Amino acid sequence: MSAIANPLIGQPGGWTLPSRGKVAMSCLIIAESAIFTIFVVAYLYYLGKSVTGPTPKQVLETPIFYTFCLLYSSFTIHRAAKLLERGRRIPFLAWWLLTIVLGGLFLFGTGQEWHRLIYERGLTVSTNLFGTTYYSLVGLHASHLIAGLAMLVVVLSFAVRGRVDQEHSARIQVLSMYWHFVDAVWVVVFIVVYVIGR
Amino acid sequence: MSTEAIAIERLQATGKPWTETVHEWVTTVDHKRIGILYMVYALLFLVIGGVEAMIMRIQLMHSYNNFVSPQVFNRMFTMHGTTMIFFVAVPILLGFANYLVPLMIGAWDMAFPRLNAFSFWLSALGGFLLYFSFLGGSGLYGAGNAPDVGWWAYAPLTAKAFSPGHSSDYWTIAVMLSGFGTVGTAINIIATILCMRCPGMHLGRMPLLAWLNLVMSGMVLITITPLTAAQFMLLVDRYLGGHFFDTQAGGSAVLWMHFFWIFGHPEVYVLILPCFAFVSEIIPVFSRKPIFGYPVMVGATVCIGFVSMSVWAHHMFTIGMNSYANSFFTITTMAVGVPTGIKIFNWLGTMWGGRIQFKTPMLFCIGFLFQFLLAGLTGIMLASAPFDWQLGNSYFVVAHFHYVIVGGILFALFAAFYYWYPKITGRMLSEALGKLHFWLFVIGFHITFDVMHVPGILGMPRRIYTYEPGRGWDTLNLIVSFGALIQTIAILIFVWNLISSYRKGARAGNDPWDAWTLEWSVSSPPPVYNFASLPAVASRRPLWDLKHPEDPDSRYE
Amino acid sequence: MDRPTISGRRRIELTAVYLGCAAAVARANNSTSIFAPASTPAQEIFGLSMFVLAVTGIIFVVVFALLTYAVVKFRGKTTDAAREPAQVYGSTQIELAWTVIPVLIVAVLFLATARVIHAIQDAPKPASAVDVTVIGHQFWWEFRYPKLGIVTANEMHIPLSDPAHPTPTFLKLLSADTDHSFWVPNLAGKTDLIPNRVNEMWMDPHRVGTYLGQCAQYCGTQHAKMLLRVSVDTAADFDAWVRAQQQAAAQDPKVVAGKRVFETTACINCHAVNGTAGDGRFGPDLTHLMSRGTLASGAAGNTTALLRLWIQNPDAIKPGSLMPAMKLNDADLDALVAYLETLR
Repeated sequence: MSAIANPLIGQPGGWTLPSRGKVAMSCLIIAESAIFTIFVVAYLYYLGKSVTGPTPKQVLETPIFYTFCLLYSSFTIHRAAKLLERGRRIPFLAWWLLTIVLGGLFLFGTGQEWHRLIYERGLTVSTNLFGTTYYSLVGLHASHLIAGLAMLVVVLSFAVRGRVDQEHSARIQVLSMYWHFVDAVWVVVFIVVYVIGR
Repeated sequence: MSTEAIAIERLQATGKPWTETVHEWVTTVDHKRIGILYMVYALLFLVIGGVEAMIMRIQLMHSYNNFVSPQVFNRMFTMHGTTMIFFVAVPILLGFANYLVPLMIGAWDMAFPRLNAFSFWLSALGGFLLYFSFLGGSGLYGAGNAPDVGWWAYAPLTAKAFSPGHSSDYWTIAVMLSGFGTVGTAINIIATILCMRCPGMHLGRMPLLAWLNLVMSGMVLITITPLTAAQFMLLVDRYLGGHFFDTQAGGSAVLWMHFFWIFGHPEVYVLILPCFAFVSEIIPVFSRKPIFGYPVMVGATVCIGFVSMSVWAHHMFTIGMNSYANSFFTITTMAVGVPTGIKIFNWLGTMWGGRIQFKTPMLFCIGFLFQFLLAGLTGIMLASAPFDWQLGNSYFVVAHFHYVIVGGILFALFAAFYYWYPKITGRMLSEALGKLHFWLFVIGFHITFDVMHVPGILGMPRRIYTYEPGRGWDTLNLIVSFGALIQTIAILIFVWNLISSYRKGARAGNDPWDAWTLEWSVSSPPPVYNFASLPAVASRRPLWDLKHPEDPDSRYE
Repeated sequence: MDRPTISGRRRIELTAVYLGCAAAVARANNSTSIFAPASTPAQEIFGLSMFVLAVTGIIFVVVFALLTYAVVKFRGKTTDAAREPAQVYGSTQIELAWTVIPVLIVAVLFLATARVIHAIQDAPKPASAVDVTVIGHQFWWEFRYPKLGIVTANEMHIPLSDPAHPTPTFLKLLSADTDHSFWVPNLAGKTDLIPNRVNEMWMDPHRVGTYLGQCAQYCGTQHAKMLLRVSVDTAADFDAWVRAQQQAAAQDPKVVAGKRVFETTACINCHAVNGTAGDGRFGPDLTHLMSRGTLASGAAGNTTALLRLWIQNPDAIKPGSLMPAMKLNDADLDALVAYLETLR
């Protein structure tokens, strides 16, 4: 094959291509965005179309604190990734752990809200269109959060054993992209469900 | 079929126990083997889908025929549509992309080999689940209960009330799994093309096949996923008592239509773009000229990608949208015709002034050009909303999209098989059988699908298992069914050619067509990891440069 | 699987259905060609489609000729096998030409289309219009004339529309279950009937006659035999039909036994005959059953033999329809059929 090589071409060292991890994660994010878009469209389309109660106004409470937790976790994971890039493993571990705690808190908040809606307000997925669209949209987000948390915990388990190093920084950044995406989706879900939807 | 043949030959050659060979194929992460798995899997389903088509054609041969019951007929068209789109067209095109893209851009493998294998097996599981519905749709005692909701599965026909049992669930989950697999492979193709190109192959030098697959994969990301989301909603309705498409509780049947066609129309372009890619590689080689207007071809492709996202509701002209929406989707749909027309003219420009060699792959490409032209023009008729109020959901539409899918996609696929089979197996396909296959298939195709337009104009709706005598549809349907028989014979010749040439075909050598892209620079079949050392390229036609050092392409770029 | 073996008796039954249908079709104007318009919307579409066909036809001829010319003219000859032709990479002027020309063609086609969309969809409704509410059911059509107080099924009667004094018919389209589509090609394009949604369409027939059509949106097992007839009557005939339909059901003392069978079996769960205990709405209204030419939404002619068959074994005529086999004894069946045949 070297016969095809043209002497005019520089050395392979001068040939740089984007990171495949980041490209793939960007693609996944585009695909996931399309899925969320469809759920958001369904939510908005069915707003006020339920034939029976309860309505969002009657039962939803704005989860300001938990939203803050999740948004802050975007900052903490960014911080952790930057620290690892500079090879500072212990601070990385601390910020990583904090991210998991914040994500866990948010998930707890969602669980608490669902418990309240189901057992106190009697709203389930089969109650009315609001129930169907609400649990599907928020549940889809929560399931992405759970997947993200699982990956964060796997990294944590390696990190406490000292197996996460500067050389893994690129992969950590890919994971961090996913986490930012889950956060960004929550911003949209929050606006749709708690701001427009009420 | 040919994996078995390959497996047997490997076994004989190496004396390995067959279990080991199977194990190798099941656990492979090599892009070429996965590509072959995709193709064999799709060919298997092509035969199954073809049998379903024949059952329908026999039933419709004359009015009030009693070959099958309405229930069976409805299952046949549902399974035929679902199979041909999700388990034939998509996997076979992904198979070619898998096999060819790394070779053509000078890469050792796909960007994520294990994701590649995972995606294939997900799609494969989808197909097997779909067919398991024949057994499991209503439990074993209700055997034969495959889904019967049509491949669009319009709400509320899929609601528990109208579709009891589990056949619709199998349909939903099968299509969902195939969707996940497709998205996984699309991500892989994009990452491979963007991150694995050999030195010198910047985007403007990629073979058009890589470009078109890149655009196709990008479209997959945003068009298959809405269907996945809608399927998820359908499962929420069916299993958790949700109301997304429950019209009794305020749900909307129209919303499902939108979600389905937001997937469904771009899907047509997802299928046709890789076929444009085959044609764009094959026509230049057999015209002995470079592709005419490479940058315009790329631009037109990207343009098609974008515009095709805004045309979906032309499948819904009859649902009672207001006149502004109907006008909007008319203009966007007609607009897609412009970049598509540009492509046809560029292929024409490529042949113009060339020295056309009528080898079998080129014959299929020429067939493709004529038929795709006609398919595009009937598409323009259907794009005109009022015309569609008459023609929509009639046999005219059935003829139109079979013109696209068989006359366009399948012809391009046959061209690709004849063109790359030597690379994949190391043996040439028989030219004599190939030409017989071509002419029989052309004749059968035109008998079936040219005539099929007419009953549509005479008011025959699609998806009817029988029709009254005296409506003037009998003779036409008999001719259509007869053409289908000829096509079946042609396909059998093709399958026989695939099998017999594997043993007896002439040795292909590295470069049987005197072609110009990188896959022809390696042995046939290519070695594991493709290239001993990564090639470097200086133009769009690296092998032309090599063969014509006195006048290389690189001088003009 | 679902296919029952065809017994000798079944064959005879099927032959009866076949003959009944053939006779029913023969009575109607059996060309459902979209190119035989008999009403303004269909006429407008016909005009547009001829224009579109002409334009696409010209494109086809031109491109077909170019392709054929290229394939024949530039075929490789054995004499120059070794030589490669001139390597041409493209031409901006040519590309520009074959971009601009299609854009202009698309613009023209779009304007012609938009005009017809507007003409059909945004047509004003005159005060003299006849209103009909069409409700799609699995697998039959319900027609209600709200201003006239008429309920009928499967065969719609509408008046001829004189261009000087138009009496167009405006349809309100609803569905009771799944999606259907109302399509009578001679009169208008199709429009879907979708649950939870109200659609509209109109027609103003210019010729008297019976026009055939059928459901054009897959709606379940018997989508194929959800046939549709529109009878276009002169003003006088239409008025006579309206008056007949507005009558109460016939009360013939000779068939009280049959009426009792009707009122004491499952018939009344689904069917209505006005003035009796029957007020079911799942099946067609039978008050004036004998005024219709067909049974089972056009699947069989309306004859005594077929009516008996339809009641006892609907699957022989329309397998998968929602009409249950009534399994009556012979005496009850005779009485019931005798009763139904008085419902003129």
